Formats: sequence, C-alpha cells, structure tokens
Amino acid sequence: MTAVLIAVAALLALAAVFGAVLGFASEKFKVEGDPIVDQIDSLLPQTQCGQCGHPGCRPYAEAIAEGEEHNRCPPGGQDTVDALTDLLGRDELTLDDEGAEDADIPKVAYIREDECIGCTKCIQACPVDAIVGAAKLMHTVIVDECTGCDLCVEPCPVDCIDMVEVQPTLQTWGWNRPAGIGQRPDSRIEVVNL
Amino acid sequence: MIRTLFRSRSRKIYDFHGGIHPPERKDLSNGTAIAAGPLPSQLILPLNMHIGAPAKPLVEPGERVLKGQMIAEPSGAVSAAIHAPTSGTVSAIGPRAIQHPSGMDAICIVIDTDGKDEWIERAGVADYTELSPGELVDTIRHAGIAGMGGAGFPTSIKVNLGDHQRVEELVINAVECEPYITADDRLMRERAAEIIAGIHILQYLLNPRRTLIGIEDNKPDAISAIKRACKGCDIEVRVVPTKYPSGGEKQLIQLLTGKEVKSGQLPAQVGVVCQNVGTAYAIKRAVIDGEPLLSRVTTLTGEGVRQPGNFEVLLGTPIRDLLVHGGVDPDNIGRLVMGGPMMGFTLHNPAVPVVKTTNCIIAATLEELPEPPPEQPCIRCGSCADVCPANLLPQQLYWHAKNDDLEKAQHHNLMDCIECGACAYVCPSHIPLVQYYRYAKAEVRQQAADQVKADKARQRFEARQARIDAEKAEKEARRQARLEANRKKKTETASAPTVDTAALKQASLEASKAYKAAVKAAKAAEADNADNLDALKADVDRLKAIADKAKAAVRDAKEAGPAAAPAEDIVGKLKKQVGDASSAYKTAVKAAKDAEANGDDNAAELRAKADELKAAADKLKAELRDAKANAPATPATAPQVDPVADLKKQVGDVSSAYKAAVKAAKEAEENGADNAAELRSQADELKAKADQLKADLRDAKANAPATPAPAPAAAPADPLADLKKKVGEVSSAYKAAVKAAKEADENGADNAAELCAEADRLKAEADHWKAELREAKASAPAPAAPKTPPAPTDTPKAPETEAPQALTAVDPEVAAKRQKRLKALKTAYNMAHKQYKEAHAALERGERNGDIPAEELNAMQQKVDKLKGKADVARDALDALVEEAKADIRAHTGKDLKTLKLEAARAESALADKQRELEQQRDSASEDTLEALSSELQALEAEAQIARKALKQAVEEQGLQD
Repeated sequence: MTAVLIAVAALLALAAVFGAVLGFASEKFKVEGDPIVDQIDSLLPQTQCGQCGHPGCRPYAEAIAEGEEHNRCPPGGQDTVDALTDLLGRDELTLDDEGAEDADIPKVAYIREDECIGCTKCIQACPVDAIVGAAKLMHTVIVDECTGCDLCVEPCPVDCIDMVEVQPTLQTWGWNRPAGIGQRPDSRIEVVNL
Repeated sequence: MIRTLFRSRSRKIYDFHGGIHPPERKDLSNGTAIAAGPLPSQLILPLNMHIGAPAKPLVEPGERVLKGQMIAEPSGAVSAAIHAPTSGTVSAIGPRAIQHPSGMDAICIVIDTDGKDEWIERAGVADYTELSPGELVDTIRHAGIAGMGGAGFPTSIKVNLGDHQRVEELVINAVECEPYITADDRLMRERAAEIIAGIHILQYLLNPRRTLIGIEDNKPDAISAIKRACKGCDIEVRVVPTKYPSGGEKQLIQLLTGKEVKSGQLPAQVGVVCQNVGTAYAIKRAVIDGEPLLSRVTTLTGEGVRQPGNFEVLLGTPIRDLLVHGGVDPDNIGRLVMGGPMMGFTLHNPAVPVVKTTNCIIAATLEELPEPPPEQPCIRCGSCADVCPANLLPQQLYWHAKNDDLEKAQHHNLMDCIECGACAYVCPSHIPLVQYYRYAKAEVRQQAADQVKADKARQRFEARQARIDAEKAEKEARRQARLEANRKKKTETASAPTVDTAALKQASLEASKAYKAAVKAAKAAEADNADNLDALKADVDRLKAIADKAKAAVRDAKEAGPAAAPAEDIVGKLKKQVGDASSAYKTAVKAAKDAEANGDDNAAELRAKADELKAAADKLKAELRDAKANAPATPATAPQVDPVADLKKQVGDVSSAYKAAVKAAKEAEENGADNAAELRSQADELKAKADQLKADLRDAKANAPATPAPAPAAAPADPLADLKKKVGEVSSAYKAAVKAAKEADENGADNAAELCAEADRLKAEADHWKAELREAKASAPAPAAPKTPPAPTDTPKAPETEAPQALTAVDPEVAAKRQKRLKALKTAYNMAHKQYKEAHAALERGERNGDIPAEELNAMQQKVDKLKGKADVARDALDALVEEAKADIRAHTGKDLKTLKLEAARAESALADKQRELEQQRDSASEDTLEALSSELQALEAEAQIARKALKQAVEEQGLQD
C-alpha cells in the first residue's frame, strides 16, 4: 500500500514540476503574433488589390489562418493556391477568379498625363503609395512600385488611368517552355555528323 | 628528382566529368588568315554589348564622330564604354534589333560611316609599368573591353580584385572548344606576341603566382606560335585534350588547376582569374597602342559560305554586310546561327550587328544543321547524366522543369547548369533539354524578382497603413479634445435654458399658419380648376413638413426643459390655446368659404361659427398678451443667446413661408387664378417683415460687443451672422414677392389682396421677433475688456467736405471718380463708426467699474460724442453719394435701379418658365412646336441677357455693387 502511495506521490511531484516548467516556458518563450499568418502572407503576391474581399494581403492572410478559403487571390493565380494548399494541408482548390481570364497577367497602371486633372483621388486609392503628384498638378505612376491592383482606375473622375500589360524587357525576358513531346523545338540546333 | 616530380605534378592536366566530342568542323575556316571585315555604310552599336548596366550615350544624332571616339560612357560599376569603330555621323539613337535570342529591340547608336576612317588622337603607353594598376584598370574600363569569349563581362571588374584577394593562378582561356569557331585559333597563330603582351599586362595587374594558357590539342599551330612567343617568360602553355566543353570557365580551371569552383562561387574565390585570349589581345591594343575596342575577330563559317574564314569586323557591322562580304546570299541561308552550334542561337534577322561577344557566325545549309527532329518521351537512358560537365542530373532537372516544379529543380542545382548543351546533344529522344533548363531558370529568376517586388509592396503597404492609422489617431485625439472642450462649455452654461419653448411654439405656430394659408391657396386653385394644382399641393406638403418639424421641436423642447419657469409654461399654454383657437377659426372660415363657393345652404351658419371662433381666439390672444407682460423677467443670461437664435429661426420660417407664398402667387397669376391679388398682398407683407428684420439685424449688429465676448456671450456672434443671412434671404424673397404681386396687379389678378394680407401678417410676426431681438441685445452684458482700452486719439478726417455733385450724364471719368469717392467714404465711415463704438464701450466700462476719476469720464464722454458726430457726418455723406449714384442711374437709363432689377428678374423668370415648358413638351409635342419653342427660348435668353447686362452695367458704373 505504501509503495502505491509513494508511486502516486512521486508521479504527482513529477507532474507538478513539469507542469511548472512548461507553464514557465510557455510564458517566457511566448510567440507574439501568429507565425502561420506571416507564412501565408509571404506566399501572397502583395498586390494589395482587395480582390479577395479584404483590404490588403495581410488581412486576407489572417482570414485564411482563421479558416477562410485560400483560393481567392486572382493575382497570385493557381500557383499561389497550390502553395497555400501545401502550406496549410487543406483540400486542393481551384482558383476562384470569377472567370477573369487575365487576372494573373501582370499589369501596371498608366496615367494619361495630358488628361489628368490633378484630383489626387488615385493617390488616395493607391495601397502602396506608387502614385506621385499633388492637387491640381499632374500625377504619374512609379511603374516599379505599381502592383497592378487596379484600385486607382475606378476613382479617377476623368478615366485617364489605363491598366497596361507589363511588356518583357531584355532583362526580364526568359526562354519559352518547349512545346513538348511530338513538337519540333525550334530553338535547338541539331549538330550532326555529316 | 623531387623537383622533377613536383614539376610533372604541377603540369598535370586534370579532368572534369562528362563532356562530348561533337564534329569539330574547324578546318572550314582555320585555313585562311584573318582578313579585314567590311566597312558597312551604317554601324549599329547597342548600348548593352556587355553584361551589366547599359552605357550612357555621349553623342547626339547628327554629331560627327571620329574613329576611336568614345560615344557612350560606362554608367555604374559593371559597365563598359563604347567607341566609334570608324569615323562618320551619328544618324540616330534609338531602338534597333540586336543580338538577342528574344529578337527584341534595344537602344542603339547608329553611325553613318563616311569611309574616311579618320582616327581620333591616340595615346598609347609603351611601358605600362609606368602606370599604376588603378590607372590601368581605368584605361581598360574606358577602352570598353568586355570578355571576348562570349559572356561579355566587363574586364575592368575582373582585373580589379582588391587587396584582400590573392590570385594564385591566372588562366588564359584559349581552348575554343565549340565546333566551327576558329577566331582564337587564328588570332593566336597570327598575333601571338601581342597576346603575350596583353597577358603581361594582366600579370602586372593581378600579380598571380602562375599564369597558365589552356589550348586544346586540335590547334597545333596555335600552340607552337604561343609557345614561341612566350619563350623565356613565366607563362605556362598547357595543352588540353579536345573535349567539349573544356572551354567553360569552371571546366578549364578544373582541367588546369584541379580546383573546383563550387556552386555559387566565383573563380576569384578559389584564387583563380580566367581571361579569354581575345581579351588579352584587346587589353594590349588598348594599353600599349591606345586603341579602344573597336573591332573583333569573328569567324564566318558554315557550308553556305563560299569563302569561310576569320574577319576583323568592326563592332556594329550588321551581320548582313558581313555575310555579303563573305560571299553569302543573306536571303538564302538554311540556318543562320550566332555563336557556336552548341551554345549559340538561331538568328532570324540578319540586320543585327556584330558585338563585342560575337565570336562566330555560321551560315549553314539545312543538311549541315538540319531542323531538329520532334521531341520524344524521355526513356531514362541516363546518357545526359554521363556527359554533364557540371555533374548534374539532367534527367531529373528535365522532369522538374517540365512540371514547373521549380523548387525541386533548384534542389537539383538547376542554377549550376552552364547550358553547354552536351545533354541535349546526346539525348536519343531529341529533347531540347537546355531550353527546358533555360525556361526553368528564367522562371526562377522571375519568381525571385516577384518576391523582391512583393516584399517591397508589403513594406510600402505597411508603411502607408501605419501612416493612415497615425493620422486617424491624431484626428480622433483632436476630436476628443474638441468634445471635451464643448462639454466643459456646456456645463458652464447649463444654468441657462438652452431652448426657448415659447419661441419654438411661436415658430411652430407660424409654420402651421403658413401651411394653412397654402392649403387655402390650393383649395382656391382647385375650385378654379387651376392648372398648377400639383405644384401648389407639393408646396402644401412641404409646408406641412415644416410645420410638423416645428411642432416636434416644441415637443422636444418641452420634454427636455421641464425646469422652465412656470410663468413661461402659462404663456406657452396660452399660446397653444391661441394657436388652436386660431386654427379652428381658420378651418371654419375655410369651410365657410368652400360652402359659399359651392353655394351650400349652411354657408351663413358656418360664417357665424367662424366669427364665434374668432372672438374666442381674440380673447385668448388678449390673455396671452397679459400673461406675457406679467411673466417674470427671464434670467439675464438667457436672452443673451436665445432671442437671437429665436429670431433667426423665425426669420427662417418666415422666409420659407414667404417663398411658398410667392411661388403660389406666381403660379396662380400664370393661371389667371382669382387669388393672385391675395397672394401678392401676402408677399408684400412678407417684404415688410423682412425689412423690419433687416433693421433689427442692423441694430443688433450695432449693439453687438466690439471686443470678443466672454464664453457665455460668444454665441450671439454666430446667430447674428445667421440672422443677417436670413434677412438677406427674406429680402430677396420679398422682392420676388413684390414682383409677383406687381405682375398680378398688372394682370388684374384677384388674389393680390390676399397676398397683401399674408405679407402683412408676416410683417407683424417679424415685428414681434424684432422686438425680442432688441430686448436680447439690450440685456446682453457689456463685453469684458482691458480696463483702459486705448481710446483712438486721432480719427481720420471724414471726407464729408467732398460734396457730391449732381450729374446729368454718365461720364466714365466722373463715374470712376465717384466710385473711388464712394469707396473712400465707406472706409471712412466704417472707421469712424468703429472708433466710436470702441470709445463708447470703453466709456461704458469705465462707468460700470467706477474706478475712473470723474474728469476722465467726462473727457471720454466728450470724445465719444465727437466720434459719434464724425461717424454720423461720414454716414450722411455716404448716403448722399449713394443717392446721387442712384439718381444718376435713373437719369442715364431712364429707369431707376429698382426697375432695372425688376426687369432683369422678370426676364430671368420668363426664361426659366419657357425652359420648363420646352422640357415638358419635348416628349409629346411635334417637331414644329418644339422648334418654335426653342426659338422663343432663344429670344427670351437674349432678352434676359440684355436686362442682366443693363443692370450690371448700371450698378458697376456707380460702384454700388454692395
């Protein structure tokens, strides 16, 4: 009987000690914020376009972490959906882009500067401060900073903003993917022994 | 013995993994000496012939350039200069097709050559050791030398390593392992001495322990030439076995030194610098001869070339010219390749220029370089892995690249692939493996770039968010502060009743009266089958809404202010009774009228009832008056604020009622309704009321404290302003009413009298409020101010001496003069008045405080009187002048100002009516009618414009704008 009591007492003592250690550790090494949100956020394309229904990529990342579907990012395309599927271990989903074919074609805003009246509305709409200008003065888009989110187009009272597809430059150009099995790869030079 | 052992060991040629032995075909072009290239009519020089930032143009189109003149300078650290390869004129700087597999355009400098080949002054250095390494590096940089082997990396970067990096081996790459190419071979055979001189310069710059030249054993002539040239110096010539790709930088380093450059490392990190033999030659020319990089040796070969060989081609020479020079028909080539067949690419446009990296042009027949066969499925034979010089697993890379599994491809060291093409060469399934890797690499780079951009966007977004939040917080803090201040103020003034229930009641009563009048008008119109019934009804609805609102306000006030004095309650009750009684009376009157109109029998009875009700109402009114008189004076603080506010409110109600009345009258007139005269009289009444209100307002303003009032008294300032606005509104409304009434008169409308009556009623109301306002003003405490305000000592002389002169005709000069005078007078009067007020306030304060000696008080009194006199004089003068101006207008136009205004207003209203008519008929009327209407409209518009102009002119002429 004493042996049983001793065993129980010993286990209780151990439980108390480890409980105290764990409790202390959980306080001491507490992780601020939600690391999964950061991970999701880093996979999102950061266009801050709001097409997912959230005011920016981070809010959407938070919503995904809380259980919202992760297929609502048209600029990210199916790749982003797949990456999120991998990260979250959820069911595979197809991109919910409401039939927008060109949603993941990179674009930038272009202000037809002759028509700009300097109303600053687009400046206020830009989520990444990529439009410069002042009241009654012409505005222009910093192309390198523009995420192509489209949010400046709607507020423009004179419709002088176009979304222009980003044209490849010599620096961004890359080889095409070969056409595949059964096709002649025109880029290959066949060296044969005559 | 040991020495020999060491030597033999050090001379050992290592090996690298894999490699292939494609057909060499070098004998096509290596048999003839280097010939001079063509001198084309146009040279196209891309700003980016090298890796790194594009050069910055130094010339303008139209500028003449000499051979060797720098036409673009390096911009940034990794960049190279560009020089004019011959003399000529810059004809354009713009996009041209360039040597790029994408076939895209890039900015180029285009030179129209003049054939003179005129050199700019050259400054070579016979003994380069006189120059410091830094100066030499600068010379190389400004000579525009970039790696001639094919990559085009600016040489000045490669030879400027810094002190911390010790160079063990300088490797000169003379392998030239790709099939077909013989440019370096011929260069070594013919210009070995110059190459060695270039290598010496490199040795001087880099100070390596060993210098090795690697040459493939398929170039025996070149080997012997170089060996001869470097006899007696510390340069070792190493012959390497023929194998592709021995000429790869990393492969050659491994071959010659046994050192492996790890993944992601640069050769310099293992103590090796590798330079092409052509680069060494270019360095010699730049440093010793002072000739920048203007040309290069390019192999023109292939079965399609009649005389294949090597040519010293000017940079920028279009390939087409070179082909023609070599006896090739540029339009009839099986396949045109730039670079070697293993790593080069097919050119589709022969207009692209030869650049610093162009070592070979192959114009091949289709038998020689046939169309590639279709891609077949991978059979996993593993041949590609056997030949890969970078020790990769091409098969795995292929699968991952094909499935866009970039992460896994990177795990298999995709980025270490040198794209040599050995795997594709051996692939039995003819899979374009290199293209797959190039595609995957581009995707990886793109993703990395996207990630960088996304991070930047995130930072910017977060920064913006933080900024917006900060702004919001600041705004919120300001709002809270304001709220706090308001609350404090409220608690301070809590003792004073905030709402005057009685006034509200009165307002409510007025509103309901106006509403009822409108109902009556509507009824009358209905009886006459007037057309404007709908409009009238809308008016009625609007007035009803106003009345309801007023009533609601009264109710609210009652609920909110139960603490109001009982006397006020009595008054309020009485008022309500009066209101009820009068409304009952009115209803009765209306009923009686209706009955009369319908010829009912009980009309007389109804009349009698109405009379009865009227008597009752009168009685109640008398009672109310008594009660008011007996009511205890309200606390002094209350009327400071409330009467003014009430007055404001009243004015608002009156004006809205008046507007409704005017509208009704107008419409009635238009329709020839009988009650036009009545409506007109109402309008008149309103006008009178408005006038009185105006006068009130003026008084209020005059009595308003000149100095800022303490907190509780601060309120009147705003109500006064509002009151003023209201008065303006009322007066303008009144004018319109007068107009309407006049028109009604002219048309002989019957409702003119009714209008008059309404106006009278409104006037009475206005009087009432005016009295209240005056009371409020009188009871307002004098403002607190500094004890001894500086009384103005010298007042500006009022220009009353400038007696106005009668004018018979408007002389622009005279008018201008008068305008000036008018302005001066106004300023003088305003000043005098202000001074007077200030002085008066000071006097009052002195009297109240009683701390100022009597004599001083007397003096002040005198001063005040004097100032008042002055102000009065100024005012009189001003008035006289204004009168004069008015008279002048009359004399000038034959009409007085009022008439002019009236005319303008009438024209405007006619125009508006016509417009409305046109609008209404647009849908229904025929085209002819519409046309007629629109022409009428135009005529009216012209008329209105004339009237407006006349008025404006008259007013402006006399400076009476305000």
